[in-house]
Amino acid sequence: MAALVVAEHENASLKPATLNAVAAAKEIAGADIDILVAGNDCRAAAEAAAKTAGIRKVLLAEGVAYDHGLAENVAPLVVKLAEGYSHLLAPATTSGKNLMPRVAALLDVMQISEISAVVSPDTFVRPIYAGNALQTVRSKDPIKVITVRGTAFPPVEASGGSAMIEPVVALTDLTGLSEFLRAELSKSERPELTSARVVISGGRGMQSGDNFHLLEKVADKLGAAVGASRAAVDAGFVPNDYQVGQTGKIVAPELYIAVGISGAIQHLAGMKDSKVIVAINKDEEAPIFQIADYGLVGDLFKILPELADELDKHQ
Amino acid sequence: MKALVAVKRVIDYNVKIRVKADKTGVETANVKMSMNPFDEIAVEEALRLREAGIVTEVIAVSLGIAQCQETIRTALAMGADRGVLVQTDAELQPLAVAKLLKAVIQQENPEIVIIGKQAIDDDCNQTGQMLSALLGWPQATFASKIKISDGHAEVTREVDGGLETISIKLPAVITTDLRLNEPRYASLPNIMKAKKKPIATTTPEALGVDVTSRLAVLKIDEPPKRQGGHKVGSVAELVDKLKTEARVI
Repeated sequence: MAALVVAEHENASLKPATLNAVAAAKEIAGADIDILVAGNDCRAAAEAAAKTAGIRKVLLAEGVAYDHGLAENVAPLVVKLAEGYSHLLAPATTSGKNLMPRVAALLDVMQISEISAVVSPDTFVRPIYAGNALQTVRSKDPIKVITVRGTAFPPVEASGGSAMIEPVVALTDLTGLSEFLRAELSKSERPELTSARVVISGGRGMQSGDNFHLLEKVADKLGAAVGASRAAVDAGFVPNDYQVGQTGKIVAPELYIAVGISGAIQHLAGMKDSKVIVAINKDEEAPIFQIADYGLVGDLFKILPELADELDKHQ
Repeated sequence: MKALVAVKRVIDYNVKIRVKADKTGVETANVKMSMNPFDEIAVEEALRLREAGIVTEVIAVSLGIAQCQETIRTALAMGADRGVLVQTDAELQPLAVAKLLKAVIQQENPEIVIIGKQAIDDDCNQTGQMLSALLGWPQATFASKIKISDGHAEVTREVDGGLETISIKLPAVITTDLRLNEPRYASLPNIMKAKKKPIATTTPEALGVDVTSRLAVLKIDEPPKRQGGHKVGSVAELVDKLKTEARVI
């Protein structure tokens, strides 16, 4: 048994979600884990991957075809490398979700989507109905193609390893089916939502995008990432990549602070595995209070500045 | 060009689902069923492309038990031109769905296929990607904007870091994200009209597709319940509790 983890990276660095996927792979295949870094000019990411604790080797596929991770080009590469592996894994991020089902179909196997636990090498637990039920499935396919819910698997160490990097020959017959045009990525000094220790999110109660600076002040004091509910995103307060919820990002930080968020099922699905949940809302009947460890009823426009001041006192 | 949309019958998104006591599944008896919300967005987008004069005909396909016909009727009431039902009592998993859709597509020859990025029941997020792989077509998943010109689709996608725009060659498969559009409601006259629109019925056997399940579902459990509901009286008390009781700051 051996597992290949498809790395998520930004050419110069490895994205943290890769380490959660490696953690899941370890539960399946023990020490026999390789990481694939496919991209263009991405040797630095491969070098970072080689330092991952407890992996066997890094496969490095470099070529223009793999730039931006276009699934049409990367999927045939993964399929070609699949021989010799019992399991192919990737983080359940937008890029993993985009790529892996294409790989699975080319191999004529079913993907096991977004696993949250490994029962045995062929049996896995995965959330369905937005996390309102947990399904245990056994794969009958010869190769298991899996995406991994990062919050369910604590990441392996990013350092300590010294695996060798093995270049793999890039496929030359480009599909030419798709072309990357541009990206509008949000720039932020704050930690990434999915890997932050503390997350503070705003909902419709924030009333405008400008008011998010109140959240940001608190976030800065806690080293927190800033998120939002679907309502806040749909209202145009903040961009889509802020969205926490079933259709946005799934987070499970040590501390989650929900501000002006009522607690729709779709939002709860994205954050209810957080260790400690705080809710701040003026409506004491808001469903978010039912799952919050600490609820504070009141006007967020008064509470947020107070909270920032109070945190100052304790620092 | 023809557009094909796939529509799945799922438990309505407003229903609080219940796991069966014997853990074999989720209660569906006497539960309201609706079209998967992401598929509604797919239907809407296809209709808008038809209204813009880019698409000439919108075909709605559903797969599953006889009642899936109701889901197709909903698409027809929204404005789709005709329907195809692939009828089977077998439990269909995404790989089988993709193979069945491929077979239908080879008969219908659409140039654009639009489907929801995932179904809100099994949350798989696979079918569109699998379908495009089987067809050897390009894919654009999680679309929030679609522009068609010169045999290409320029698609803006919702990705983890923000937005990404790609150009794909038609024919292609596009999967929808939430912000692509707001689906219309079917008006009463359109609901009446939809009753007369044709729905062709076929089967996996007729299409020559093996739909055997690859994943055996061993059990369905309820997730662990979260204990909450405690209130604090002030910001000072909150910060103190987070520090001394929860120890997270």
